[in-house]
Amino acid sequence: MSNAPVDTGRRRFLTAATAVVGGAGAVAVAVPFIKSWNPSAKAKAAGAPVEVNISKVEPGQLIRVEWRGKPVWVVRRTDAILSELPKLDGQLRDPASEELQQPDYAANPARSIKPEFFIAVGICTHLGCSPTYLPDSFGEQVEGVTAGFFCPCHGSKFDMAGRVFQGVPAPLNLVVPPHQYVDDGTVLIGVDTGAA
Amino acid sequence: MVKNIVDWIDARIPMTATYNRHVGQYPTPKNFNFWYFFGSLALLVLVNQLLTGIWLTMNYVPTAEGAFASVEYIMRDVEYGWLLRYMHSTGASAFFVVVYLHMFRGLIYGSYQKPRELLWLFGMLIFLVLMAEAFMGYLLPWGQMSYWGAQVIISLFGAIPFIGDDLTLWIRGDYVVSGATLNRFFALHVIALPLVLVVLVFLHLIALHEVGSNNPDGVEVKKNKDENGWPVDAIPFHPYYTVKDIMGVAGFLIVFCYVLFFMPEGGGYFLEKPNFEAANPMKTPEHIAPVWYFTPFYAILRAIPDKLLGVVGMGLAIAVLFVLPWLDRCKVKSIRYRGLIHKINIAQFTVSFLILGYLGAVPATPTLTIAARIFTLTYFGFFVALWVYSKNEKTKPVPTRVTH
Repeated sequence: MSNAPVDTGRRRFLTAATAVVGGAGAVAVAVPFIKSWNPSAKAKAAGAPVEVNISKVEPGQLIRVEWRGKPVWVVRRTDAILSELPKLDGQLRDPASEELQQPDYAANPARSIKPEFFIAVGICTHLGCSPTYLPDSFGEQVEGVTAGFFCPCHGSKFDMAGRVFQGVPAPLNLVVPPHQYVDDGTVLIGVDTGAA
Repeated sequence: MVKNIVDWIDARIPMTATYNRHVGQYPTPKNFNFWYFFGSLALLVLVNQLLTGIWLTMNYVPTAEGAFASVEYIMRDVEYGWLLRYMHSTGASAFFVVVYLHMFRGLIYGSYQKPRELLWLFGMLIFLVLMAEAFMGYLLPWGQMSYWGAQVIISLFGAIPFIGDDLTLWIRGDYVVSGATLNRFFALHVIALPLVLVVLVFLHLIALHEVGSNNPDGVEVKKNKDENGWPVDAIPFHPYYTVKDIMGVAGFLIVFCYVLFFMPEGGGYFLEKPNFEAANPMKTPEHIAPVWYFTPFYAILRAIPDKLLGVVGMGLAIAVLFVLPWLDRCKVKSIRYRGLIHKINIAQFTVSFLILGYLGAVPATPTLTIAARIFTLTYFGFFVALWVYSKNEKTKPVPTRVTH
């Protein structure tokens, strides 16, 4: 064993350098363990965005597409329907879409990117039944309103922007999923690039 | 012959010395009362959970398709499967009963105070891991309440700004609670968390035996030793307290077995009724309530009208317990010699906790929500008041020797 004087500065440097390199290694090793918790390729494929052709949807018509196992509605609203919406504000729980049931870009009076097309998850916010679309006979549920959505399970009522009426079990407006328009006739449901 | 074997082992590992240090000759205050049963009972329940848990994994299938059916298979077709399963589910509730009483003991006798802060911290970590263990275990039967309870609790993390949505996605491993979630919760429930739990229990005991046990008088028995260095107010753990703890075990088992054999569902509080229906992602149960041991914290969550603040409030309700040793600035430990204000404060805290527990189990109405807000305030008020008055609290003189 050598009796040379101990160079504490050098020793401290080597200790620190070893610790830093070892620490970096530990962080690198943690990555696969943490990343493996993300949705697998299979789960991602099952939850992938859905492209919908909306060019052939007639005014007043509702089409259903499946996204992540849930029914998503695309409804083409007429001008008459749209002009009816603001008049209902007094009868609704959340007319101004203050609850975070929609992306920011759909937090407007029509709850949509293009007023003409309303896109929403067709699941009642009460207990998860799927409400029925009543294009002409909604007046039986709410007097003086032509069209809306009525949940047969517990009688919750929503207007043509998916806004919930007062005095029904459902607490919140229907969910508007993230979506964006690829072109005029195609919408991509399940993804948005932020501003959209 | 036996002595030769013991000597052979002792020359190689300190077996006898360790036994004497922690059991045979561990100096234990001689004035322990009823409240001192719950530590050893918690150990008993831990062994029950580990043993029945291992046996349950032998027939349980951790997949979304097979989980519910495999639990029913265990209940109906496996010999004594029903007993093992109910021992495990009743054991989970018993664990929390015992641990809450154990914590209450620490609270009233000041067992968290210096020099036992680290002991208290290890205990709190055990409580935290136990809650995670119970939550993940409850998902495994894949019933309606398993599924929707997990859905609600995981979505709480979504309230965290910026990373919330990605975090919930990461925890679930899917866009909804799914087989991926079930599988990872199974892995954590049967391997990761039990390992952590056992290590923490070991540290808890080492910390206890290093500083020595507190007692109902809050007198440090180590301060008064005889000429052999033995604390005059202490007796060896064995045989006195081994025998006393066996009495505790007997009493505990009477209650435990009554629940196990006559009401294993605990009136819908130990195993909730919707959980006898298989998980259905398309149908939410009428009323989602957590299992009873989470209800006080769930009531605090619901009492606060803002989602993020609600989650923060619930987290704080648990976090504040961690810093209890530093909030209490009084030098006197036991409630026996502390001021009237402290007695009143502990009483109101106990009542608040119990009422919050009730409120968290029933559906919210406007009146009950106001009640939950009041008792949330009194829950936190306990800690604030404690910090304020404990500095100059008017206490009674503490005896130099334990009383009994």
